[in-house]
Amino acid sequence: MPTPSPDRRVALVTGSTLGIGRAVAARLARTGHEVVLHGRDQERSAKAAAEVAAETGGRTDTVHGDVADPAAVSAMMREVHRRHGRLDALVINAGGHAASLLGMMHSDVVSRLFHVNALGATHTLQAAVKLLRRGTDPAVVLVSSVMGRKGAPGQAVYSATKAAVLGLTLAAAKELGPQGIRVNAVAPGYIQTDMLSTLDDRARADTVAATPLGRLGTAGDVAAAAAFLLSADACFITGQVIGVDGGLVL
Amino acid sequence: MSQLDRLRGVFRASLSLPADRDVDGLEYRAIPQWDSLAHMALVAAMEDEFDIMIDTDEMIDMSSFAKAAELLEKHGADAVT
Repeated sequence: MPTPSPDRRVALVTGSTLGIGRAVAARLARTGHEVVLHGRDQERSAKAAAEVAAETGGRTDTVHGDVADPAAVSAMMREVHRRHGRLDALVINAGGHAASLLGMMHSDVVSRLFHVNALGATHTLQAAVKLLRRGTDPAVVLVSSVMGRKGAPGQAVYSATKAAVLGLTLAAAKELGPQGIRVNAVAPGYIQTDMLSTLDDRARADTVAATPLGRLGTAGDVAAAAAFLLSADACFITGQVIGVDGGLVL
Repeated sequence: MSQLDRLRGVFRASLSLPADRDVDGLEYRAIPQWDSLAHMALVAAMEDEFDIMIDTDEMIDMSSFAKAAELLEKHGADAVT
């Protein structure tokens, strides 16, 4: 168990064993944060935390649990409280993806997407607020999606869950601003992660062609935006949604 | 000072009540000072005073001073007497 370090900002990044969350965790570790990585199970979380620490030379810690389960989220936050006493930064990234035309998605998949993406984000923010109040210049970044702003065929349910994340962001920014807690969102476009692994060459080419900047994004692109929003450079920014999408939303 | 006296002190300070005010029978929203915003501050002050973390559901259910005392016991704060 790490000893609390008053000189480093304490950041929790949910869903950080892979992809965007993992890149955000590494970026924050490189910039002097003590990063608490999170995944559904302890083994993968610990492995990711060890790898991030080795890559960056930073300090990492882990919590684990299903963000769709409010009791598990409370237990995670109790662990953060016990080990660190506060949160200075929170990135709510844990989420899942499934695509299907309307009328073709099983109801259990619909439920799971909402439980993880929308309710999970809500449980996490609710449970973390008191830890954030104890932090210094606390800031939250929620990871939405271009689909939450724009939608696309086959993405109705996923888009709805990510739109919910934007509503949560905007309301929380207004409610928590007077307490000094900033809340913003990033809305990634097409990012090269496992979630895009199902695209074939044709679909990938079409996606790139539809993106004004002419390429897929990287997890690092999203991490840079999140790190900015969590930093002192963004100290007068709250309630904003930053598209990291190469211009898809124009 | 007993844990219960410390809890009384937290209530008086968080709700801006006089030092001699009896708070043992106090219930949420029974006085103007204990509104939802004050409730959040009260819970935060309890967490700081007793070094505990109170869950969202527990916070919602903490509807009186007596419930707050029960909560302290549940979280293993030393005997609340």
